[in-house]
Amino acid sequence: MDAVFAPLRRWPSQQPLLFLILAISAWFGLYLLLAPAAEALVAALPVERDSHLGGALQFFFYDTPKVLLLLTGIVFVMGMVNSYFTPERTRALLAGRTEGAANVMAASLGIVTPFCSCSAVPLFIGFVQAGVPLGVTFSFLISAPMVNEVALTLLFAMFGWNVALLYLGLGLTVAIVAGWVIGRLKMEAHLEDWVRDMPHTAAAVGEDRLSLGERLDAGFTSVREIVGKVWPYILGGIAIGAGIHGYVPQDFMASFMGKDAWWAVPLAVVIGVPMYTNAAGVIPIVQALLAKGAALGTVLAFMMSVIALSLPEMVILRKVLKMRLIATFVGVVATGILLVGYVFNAVL
Amino acid sequence: MKEVKVLGSGCANCRTTAALIEEVAQAKGVAVTMQKVEEPREIVGYGVMSTPGVVIDGKVVHAGGVPSRDKIAGWFSAV
Repeated sequence: MDAVFAPLRRWPSQQPLLFLILAISAWFGLYLLLAPAAEALVAALPVERDSHLGGALQFFFYDTPKVLLLLTGIVFVMGMVNSYFTPERTRALLAGRTEGAANVMAASLGIVTPFCSCSAVPLFIGFVQAGVPLGVTFSFLISAPMVNEVALTLLFAMFGWNVALLYLGLGLTVAIVAGWVIGRLKMEAHLEDWVRDMPHTAAAVGEDRLSLGERLDAGFTSVREIVGKVWPYILGGIAIGAGIHGYVPQDFMASFMGKDAWWAVPLAVVIGVPMYTNAAGVIPIVQALLAKGAALGTVLAFMMSVIALSLPEMVILRKVLKMRLIATFVGVVATGILLVGYVFNAVL
Repeated sequence: MKEVKVLGSGCANCRTTAALIEEVAQAKGVAVTMQKVEEPREIVGYGVMSTPGVVIDGKVVHAGGVPSRDKIAGWFSAV
């Protein structure tokens, strides 16, 4: 059996271009089929299309494959893009630069550089050791987990491109400004002593000329890892959305999380900081809050604080930062998120 | 006897990596000693920035994610 299937499994790496063209066409074909397929499926069920249940089912049958398809496509592409931006290369790009423009660069590179919060400490030390300024390192460290392809794809798929773009813009702004402020505060003395006293090393870039086939493999790997991990959260989010779609009256939350409640934004941040989950895990909550009339700025502030600041990350960072620097980091980022929430609620 | 070290501050991926290496080594009949390096100071000493990383006989062979089964098998066959 294996003799038959092994070549089949290997052909994408051998014919990467052909595979990409076929995969892209198949992807778009499927995407266009989704809406009629969902309608047909609901029509085949013994349910009135115009009833509450019919509306909820149609929403669920259309949104589930749509979100999963979008996520798979984007995670695959980002897996390939990530293979160009290794942490080592990002570090080499940032080393020795002065603050300001470098904060913008660091925050932007945070989107495309693969990052896992358990790597935060070695990454942090690696950056500082190579002469990346402290504030610039923080810009990267704030943006990398907060502004990522999973969060953006889910926001796009569930709430539209304008919400996704707003999140992208505001997330980058918080990362850039917070990093810059931390840099201005000259907190280098509050690194743990052994980190501060480490000899500086040159930021070398390892030679890794990957072939297109190997980059495809990187794409497959990230789809397996990321989509494999987040799909239950997404199903949960859509199920909540579908339920609300059909049944729950609008404006249920408006009275206590609407624009008029001035304390809603700080409360959202205070609740969000100790919570620890990834972008996918928070989406069901966001979905429920928004649909029930909570203000967009409040909800985005909540989402940002959940993803960007978490207790486990603080515990890990404590190994390289003294308490004052951690407190400053949390304070500056939380203030930034707070402002984002207020500005949003005021403008919209 | 190969001396294997898995670098990483105790996250799920690091445990998966260690277990996978032990499994592959056993399947290939290669004796290994497994050690987990969790101290950031030591991890950085190997010049690794993204974990999990894998060190075999003092040499960094992998960094930044769970290595594939094929890649691990490669470390143990090239003797």
